[in-house]
Amino acid sequence: MGKDLATLRPAIAGIGETRLGRIAGRTALQLQAEAARAAIADAGLRFEDIDGVVALPMRTQPSMMPAAAIAHYLGIVPSHLATLDLAGASGVAMVQEAAQALQAGSCRHVLCVSGQNMLSHRSRDDAIRQMAEAGAAHPQFEVPYGPLIPSLYALVAQRHMHEFGTTRAQMAEVAVAMRAHAALNPGAHKREPITVEDVLAAPPVSSPFGVLDCSLVSDGACAAVVTMSDRARDLPRPVVQLLGFGQGLSHTHVGEARNLVETGAVRSGAQAFRASGLRPSDIDVAMLYDCFTITVLVELEDLGFCPKGEGGRFVEGGRIRLGGELPVNTHGGLLSGGHPGLPGGFFHVTEAVRQLRGEAGARQVPDARIALVHGNGGIIGMHATMTMGRADAA
Amino acid sequence: MQPDVPARPRPFPDAETAPYWEAAARGELRVQRCSACGTHRFYPRALCPACHDDAHEWVRVSGRGEVHSFSVVRRAPSPAFAARVPYAIAMIALEEGPHMLSEVVGMDPDHVAIGLPVEVAFEDIGEGMRLPVFRPRGEGGSP
Ligand SMILES: [Zn+2]
Repeated sequence: MGKDLATLRPAIAGIGETRLGRIAGRTALQLQAEAARAAIADAGLRFEDIDGVVALPMRTQPSMMPAAAIAHYLGIVPSHLATLDLAGASGVAMVQEAAQALQAGSCRHVLCVSGQNMLSHRSRDDAIRQMAEAGAAHPQFEVPYGPLIPSLYALVAQRHMHEFGTTRAQMAEVAVAMRAHAALNPGAHKREPITVEDVLAAPPVSSPFGVLDCSLVSDGACAAVVTMSDRARDLPRPVVQLLGFGQGLSHTHVGEARNLVETGAVRSGAQAFRASGLRPSDIDVAMLYDCFTITVLVELEDLGFCPKGEGGRFVEGGRIRLGGELPVNTHGGLLSGGHPGLPGGFFHVTEAVRQLRGEAGARQVPDARIALVHGNGGIIGMHATMTMGRADAA
Repeated sequence: MQPDVPARPRPFPDAETAPYWEAAARGELRVQRCSACGTHRFYPRALCPACHDDAHEWVRVSGRGEVHSFSVVRRAPSPAFAARVPYAIAMIALEEGPHMLSEVVGMDPDHVAIGLPVEVAFEDIGEGMRLPVFRPRGEGGSP
């Protein structure tokens, strides 16, 4: 029985990405085609083998039914399609959706894919304006006051500083660690090293954030092929099993939030750990959604890596850097690796796969066996967590 | 009016939110209160988040509250706000319970702090609409 269950776990068989940064002259669909082809080839499969597609909307190339449009564009004949949108939690949620479709027997090999030319399709100023006015901020009760997306996350940071004594320097350490990791990632958007002093002295955006507390605006696409581990075993790449999932929701718009410093990650994390029989101390490497520096501190607390309020102290002393106790976002995350919008959190998934396969090169965490990936959508309201493991770790 | 300065984004009331904006235009802050359990709620919704009853009324609230959190915006999200920076957006905790996003006006934005007592004021945004904002409230508050 136990052996059968292990055999029947869903697994990631292939991953593919474009680089992150400015990729001018390519549409969202073209970027996704590059990532999808790479993921299917990495899995040792052909397009004909793919019979499920899970995709996300394309803010830069609106489409009536995105998963169907992407499947048809790629010449895939599907028996299972799903478009979902949990904003930044979508990367993890896509893999969960694929896993459940496989476990239900709806299909055999699912392509999860997402990509956007978030940076190139319009000017950076227009992109910032579009983000401020569409979606995350409530159109009637928030947008008229003129908040940036950073302003809305800054509400969390100010409250965290007020309640727990968190400092700007502690938040800055997150940005510095992400940049140090991005320096080891040839596909990353920003790779020049920065210091805590650089972060503190960066041009102010919305207090307490300066520009280096904020993630980037990038172009890029990312894809993964999800299958069942018995099938994955016959494929060329090392099997990475999906162990547990969880989701948690506390609010849609931040103006409605009852509690700014404790999030749905408490629920999503507990659920994912329970489903996989793991604890935070079992995690060798963590990929935590890092749209802003404060986000990582709150996630570390709510996922149980440290007590509530201790996130700032936790990241001191290099604990989340390579070589530290819990390396976080070894690809550089959204802060330095790159952030193409909806696909951003999916790069956390593919980096976790690379780490568990032992293919992360200069940024490899030695003997990484168990990884956690966490996505956060909206203004810290929607959370999705998953745990993954090498086949010999499960 | 300077024709080259774009208008700030305006609220567009719908069937559910019109009572809020109509009250604001009269200089009143109103939110929904559940007729079954008495819970005040904001943003507007059809069902009470506490008991899921749909019976409710739009009640005028005191307009008093405190700054639960804030951020001083220094880079305008769009040209419409360029002349206003820096300004302090804030999450206000109303005395009656709901939280709401707003702006703290009538003081140096760099002096806004968590816990600051505030009271509602109304900013004219044209075409008969007014936007609820908050200003610092002195000892003892105001009626
Ligand atoms: Zn009620």
